Parts: sequence; C-alpha cells; structure tokens
Amino acid sequence: MKLKDIVKEFGLEVKAGPGHLDQEVTGGYVSDLLSDVLAHAEDGNIWVTLHIHQNIVAVAAHKGLCGIILVQGRDPEKDTVAKAEEEGIPIMVSSLSAFELVGRLYKAGIRGAEAD
Amino acid sequence: MTKTQEMVYEVTVGEVMASKMVAVGPDQTMSEFRLLLRDNRISGTPVVENGKLVGMVSIEDLINALYDNAINAPVRERMKTKVECLYTDELLVHCIAKFSKYGYRRYPVLNRNEEMVGIITKGSIVEGLLKKLEIEYEQSESKASLTRQRPTMRKFFEDVSADEISFSFKYNVMGQNLKDAGKAASELKNALKKLGVCPPLLRRIGVATYEAEINLASYTKGGEIRAQIEKWGIIVEAIDTGPGIPDVELAMKPGYSTAPDWVRELGFGAGMGLVNIKKCADEMDLKSSVPDGTHLTMQFYYTS
Repeated sequence: MKLKDIVKEFGLEVKAGPGHLDQEVTGGYVSDLLSDVLAHAEDGNIWVTLHIHQNIVAVAAHKGLCGIILVQGRDPEKDTVAKAEEEGIPIMVSSLSAFELVGRLYKAGIRGAEAD
Repeated sequence: MTKTQEMVYEVTVGEVMASKMVAVGPDQTMSEFRLLLRDNRISGTPVVENGKLVGMVSIEDLINALYDNAINAPVRERMKTKVECLYTDELLVHCIAKFSKYGYRRYPVLNRNEEMVGIITKGSIVEGLLKKLEIEYEQSESKASLTRQRPTMRKFFEDVSADEISFSFKYNVMGQNLKDAGKAASELKNALKKLGVCPPLLRRIGVATYEAEINLASYTKGGEIRAQIEKWGIIVEAIDTGPGIPDVELAMKPGYSTAPDWVRELGFGAGMGLVNIKKCADEMDLKSSVPDGTHLTMQFYYTS
C-alpha cells in the first residue's frame, strides 16, 4: 500500500511533504517515546504519534521512515513542518485517536514487525 | 527456470498487448474487410459495435465468403461470434495456454468492465517480453555502474598513501536545549553519505549519533560531537563539560533515566538512549567523572 492510498482512504490532512506520497509503506509503528521509535521502527514504516515538535522529523529521517501520522487532529509546530519539507518527510494528520487509527490501518493491511 | 520463463508469470496481458488496433464494424462488407486486411497487412480483426466487441473476423472467413460468393455480405453474417477473450490483468502464462488450446492467432483484450482495450498476438507477446528483458538488462547495468562508481572508504584508504591520514568532523552541540538537537547527527550523516559510506552503516551511525546528541542537549552544559574516519571504520565521540554521570553502570541500565520533565514531555528520557547506542555501535565506551564531564566513544566498522 502506498502512502497516497492511506491518505486517501483515511482522509488524512497532509501538512508537509505532499511530493513524497508515492512511497510504499512497509509497515507501521506507534509510539510516543522517540528512543523507542529509534530502536524499533523499521525502514519505510509509517509512524503514528501525538508529538508535534520538530524532533519527530529528525527521528523519522534517521530511521528512514516513510512518513508520520499525527493523531487526534494535532497541528504540527511551524518548525516541524519546515523541517519536514526540508527533509522530505510527509506529515499527515488524522482526527482519530491513536488506538482507533492503528486499528484501521491494521485492517487495511499495514502490519507491525513481529517481536524479535 | 530461465528469465523468460519467469517473466511469463510476472507480465500481464495488458503490458504487452497492442492498444492501437484495427477493427471493423459489423455493417461493413466483407469486401471492405478485404481492403482493411490488405492495407494493414494483417490477417484478421475484431468486430466492434458502439465500442463493444461483437465478434472476430479473419482471412479464413474471407476465403469462405469468396467461395460462397458472398463478398458483399455484411461482416455480421460472416464473423465468428463465439470469441475467446483475454483480460488485461491476466498473466502471460494463461494467455500462452489459451493460444495453444484454441489455435486462434489473435485474441481481443478486455478490461474488467468488459470494454475492449487492445489486441494480443504471438508477435506482441514476443515483442513485449523482449522489451521487458531489455529494460531489466538496462536496470541491472546502471545498478552495476553505480556500485562501480561509488568509492567506499575502505577503497579510498587503499588507494591513497601517507604517513598519517586525518579525516575528521566536529560539531558543537548546545546544552539544555532540544530544539536543534539532531542537527549534528544529520549533518554528519550527510557528510558520510557523500564519502560513500553504505546505507545500513550510515543508518546505525545516524541513530547512535542522534541519541548521543540528544543526551548532550538534554543533560549537559553543552559539548561536541567528533567523528574520525579511519582505515578500518569510523569513530564517533560525544564529549561534554559536565556535570558527569555518578554511576555509569546504572546509566547503562535499560529504563533508567534522570531526565527532567521538559525532556520527557518531548518523548525523550525513557532510559533507552544509551541502550540504543550500544545496539547500533560495534564498540562503545563510556567514561564519566563528576563534575568534569562525560566522554562517549562509539566505533563502527566498515561492512563493505
């Protein structure tokens, strides 16, 4: 499934990186601990979080994530959007809660890594 | 299994069919159909009415019409209406099976809305496979030339000679401020990428350096990140000016953290930073003294 399909299917609002939605999503990760994401998210994963500060972009860039979905309609900070544009990391917003969104993503075929 | 045999299981009818095709209307005469065959040097066409496929007509039907003295009959009366079709999303392997089963020379191709979108012949299959082979060949060639051009650091050190080679980067990191944290790590990562360090190693160095930088920014008065490129690998150091870690062993324990609230609110301070670093680096050494500061050394070996 491509990022643009997820945007369409879940009615996400694209806040940054609209030119980078043609990527294949390899799986998903949800966490609000950045070190946890750094340790366990995988290349090309979509990351679901409620953080809106610019450090999320650095984390996504370092891990080679395909994009970030902010939950509960949270608005990314200005710096975050600017940095995401610079790094080419799409930031999308969903009005759903993390639990609900992840459940629906799973149903649509997006999987997390099996425990290692 | 040969590459071509593999391909017939990957390529779809839609990819090789000819979408530009000659068709005849059911109310045209067989005589008009004869001219169509002659002018286009083909031996049969689909019969299409209002965009829908209604039959197939071939040179064999023309010969029969001539024999029956019905050259001016409408195509509708001479065409075959029981038509075998293929769909755009069918694999070539099914298509080839159909060719040998029915023995027709051409099959109309429909999309799943039953609209006719093309025609497929043995010729178009061969042509399509050849084109695909050519593309794959070009791709593998350009990939090969890319890897040939990319200088690895190891290769670089083999090629140059000096009594001492020094290649280092230094980044200053502000303390007590997470706003710009990550900048040094991503700049270092970019520099190493330009030097040809391979992506998996690059990612490990990026993540470990990022965690080290977050530590400098969260807990110290500030410090610096240094990277040294060596013949065997890369050393990254994070050096700060205090306050130092009282119990290094405890600090290394997963989950242990002294992070203040403002750090935790940003999603850091879960006591995983040093653990992550250890996971990413090939070697890690942490020395600290209170109140002078901490010196973290990470080593990464080249993998290619």
